[in-house]
Amino acid sequence: MSDSQVIVHGAEKAGHHEHPSYQRHHFETTAQQFDATNFAMWIFLLTEIMFFGGLFMAYLIFRNWYYPAFVEGSHQLSMFWGTMNTTVLIVSSFTMAMGVWCAEKKLKNGLVWSLILTFLLGLGFLGIKSIEWTEKVEKHHVPGFHYSIQAFTNPASDPEVYKEYHDNPLPPDMAAHTQVYFFLYFAMTGMHALHMVIGVGILAVMIFLARAGAYTNGHFTFVENFGLYWHFVDIIWIFLYPLLYLISRHT
Amino acid sequence: MSEPHAHDNAAAHGEDEHHIVSWRVYLAIVLILLAATGTTAAVSYVDLGIFNAVVALAIGVTKATLVVLFFMHVKYSTKLTKLTVASGIFTFLVLIGMTLADYITRAWGNW
Amino acid sequence: MNYLSKEKGLLSWLLTGDHKRIAILYLISITFFFFIGGALAGLIRLELLTPQPDLMAADTYNKVFSMHGIIMVFLFLVPSVPATIGNFCLPMMVGAKDLALPKINLLSWYLYVAAGVLMLYTMIAGGVDTGWTFTTPLSTHYLNSHVISAGMAAFIAGFSSIFTGLNFIVTTHKMRAPGMTWFRLPLFVWSHYAASILMILGTPVLAISLVLIMLERVAGIGVFDPAKGGDPLLFQHLFWFYSHPAVYIMILPGMGVISEVVSTFARKRVFGYTAVAFSSVAIAVFAFFVWEHHMFIMGVSNYSTLVFSLLTMLVAVPSAIKIFNWTFTLYQGSITFETPMLYAFGFMGLFTIGGLTGVFLGTTGADIHLTETYFIVAHFHFVMVGGMLMAFLSGIHFWWPKMTGRMYPEKISQLAALITFLGFNLTFFPQFILGMMGMPRRYAAYPPEFQTLNVFSTAGATVLGVGYLLPILYLTWSLKYGEIAGGNPWQATGLEWQTQSPPLTENFPEIPIMDHEAYDYEWLERQREKEVPSVG
Ligand SMILES: [Cu+2]
Repeated sequence: MSDSQVIVHGAEKAGHHEHPSYQRHHFETTAQQFDATNFAMWIFLLTEIMFFGGLFMAYLIFRNWYYPAFVEGSHQLSMFWGTMNTTVLIVSSFTMAMGVWCAEKKLKNGLVWSLILTFLLGLGFLGIKSIEWTEKVEKHHVPGFHYSIQAFTNPASDPEVYKEYHDNPLPPDMAAHTQVYFFLYFAMTGMHALHMVIGVGILAVMIFLARAGAYTNGHFTFVENFGLYWHFVDIIWIFLYPLLYLISRHT
Repeated sequence: MSEPHAHDNAAAHGEDEHHIVSWRVYLAIVLILLAATGTTAAVSYVDLGIFNAVVALAIGVTKATLVVLFFMHVKYSTKLTKLTVASGIFTFLVLIGMTLADYITRAWGNW
Repeated sequence: MNYLSKEKGLLSWLLTGDHKRIAILYLISITFFFFIGGALAGLIRLELLTPQPDLMAADTYNKVFSMHGIIMVFLFLVPSVPATIGNFCLPMMVGAKDLALPKINLLSWYLYVAAGVLMLYTMIAGGVDTGWTFTTPLSTHYLNSHVISAGMAAFIAGFSSIFTGLNFIVTTHKMRAPGMTWFRLPLFVWSHYAASILMILGTPVLAISLVLIMLERVAGIGVFDPAKGGDPLLFQHLFWFYSHPAVYIMILPGMGVISEVVSTFARKRVFGYTAVAFSSVAIAVFAFFVWEHHMFIMGVSNYSTLVFSLLTMLVAVPSAIKIFNWTFTLYQGSITFETPMLYAFGFMGLFTIGGLTGVFLGTTGADIHLTETYFIVAHFHFVMVGGMLMAFLSGIHFWWPKMTGRMYPEKISQLAALITFLGFNLTFFPQFILGMMGMPRRYAAYPPEFQTLNVFSTAGATVLGVGYLLPILYLTWSLKYGEIAGGNPWQATGLEWQTQSPPLTENFPEIPIMDHEAYDYEWLERQREKEVPSVG
């Protein structure tokens, strides 16, 4: 390359002009700091894609292997609560996006309210999820814990589901495979709910800090990155909803 | 100081010169998403055979794409972010595709 | 004043954000687990001295080799070069003050420690005997050992490696100094970048398969247990989707070390820089397409076997490109034989053998005969120990003056390198022959006709042990009595050598401007002619 120069010399010729207090010491500009942390969040989400990817693959394979069991297992889920939860989560994604928008526009009240709404919707989602899970516990559809195949060997014994789907009885070995369906159901919705719980927890802290004026001083990186996380969790549900609730309604 | 990094700086946009997506876009997207949810739920009541799954997943992919592009700002992001998203989807498809390469051809038996 | 002396006290280490201090923390913890894993290896070799299982019962032997594998893979090989040398050097090489996310970096170390503690607990509580592969349904159904805590430890160690990889990728993209274009990066950075891609995309798949194993054990459900309708091959697919790339997570950083060392001690720019850089990325991409070669005898489809076998041949190409380019770098170079270079030579020879035997194993016909024999054991030890460990030791010697400010004693360390090389060959070459003869792996007993070669192997392991103990002794000694190193004892070109040793807390007095290509020794000459004192 061109002729030599002492390699270590002032890139910071412009001197240390005023850095905002939130700029960490090892970054040169706030733009670099934002770019780096934002990119890091995306890389983390890549990891999450692959984490859920394994579960999706297991679901794909076992649904093809044990199709009748997965169909009748799926009939045990409530369309109402599933659709309800999808709606709740999509709206919460919207309120989160509005939160990011408010932070960018430095609207403190708007941000606080957006976060509170997101928080409440997140709790609502978890509440509905727990209603569904409780029903599974009551019907002995939790794999490994007093699991009962009665609803599948004798569908008429479960009148509520029977009057909607009129399922045929499954032979006992296929009925036993509904355990695989519910295992994956709990693994997938459980992993998803775990992400929701973490998200709701972080939201609670953020509401607190936002009221104290954090994020609306021009430094909204955290809100932006948390938003990415929240939307990602929403996307996982956008796929869980059709896979678990919708695609097996007809045999 | 001057630009801190060599390649990405052309597209660098930190908090200072950040592209702010209008709230109207967010509102439009959420309405589309809710409509799509209603559609996919309604379609699931019609027996389309194998196409139930196709339609449901197609709508799911569309919804996810909208969330990624607008809520997650990928439409307005750097090439690097777009590439990151693409590589995630690509690797996921490799996992699924290459595994299925085994599962599907297992039924073909031996040579 | 430097990064070691800036702050005092244990707390200043435990709460540090400095990538160099975290690298030192990692170095200490990794060395600890290396010697635990090594001691277990010693027990294995001791047991195999005689054909009868006389030192320990068969199930104890199962636990010993399982713990050896799990500890070495997850607690030593995966983090070895990246978390220590990579952590220390990568930010300096790109001309940054630190990694992009110092707190995440520290978190990564704490996760490693948590994983280590869980692993020690597993060992004390009675160990695990699944093999390092956690094979189902053995791990989920048939064993009553501590699978859950061992799996949890591997899970946590996985996240520690994810955070390291995440940090490297972000740093390489966003923290480069002015003038530091992608093609001016040292090849060490390229190979770490490629390894990081594998860490962030592969590791989560391992994580979820371990979670499923734990859930399956707790709930007694069979996703992987065929007796309950599960599919053990699904586990194999998920596991090897990570664990084949994991081989490259382990070896790629080592290749980065070799690029630096070979160039420095041949005093030449690495031949075909661009090809070597892209071969790292190519390895990272191909690595995701070949995992089924670990499953050829497990009942996967013949058709996919064919495809995966062909793809496995392909992944050998970028590795070969690297070996050829290093060799060409040596051609007409002014080679000197300092310790790092000796280890690098060891790497090049042994990794080539390890890699080529991998091609044998990727060939379906040969694989059926050779898999699950000592041929496999020899193959991956040539890659992991002959390759990776040699690279690790090469790197530790090479950057030791930078890390500590002191030189290691040259003569004795050259001797140690030689001992390691001889000991290694004596240990593992007989295992190739044993494998060809059909001695299966993972058994405490074997037919008497295999004894001679096993005695050779055990003898070699003893020599190897000496080779590994020596560096611990003289490197510790050098901390106090070693010669003062100065900023650039090797006259190397990387940015990390253009600052003082040990470096300042923020690496450089001012952010450097990169105004020359990587490995530009003429630039270095000109610097010296101008007699501009290097900084510090
Ligand atoms: Cu492999």
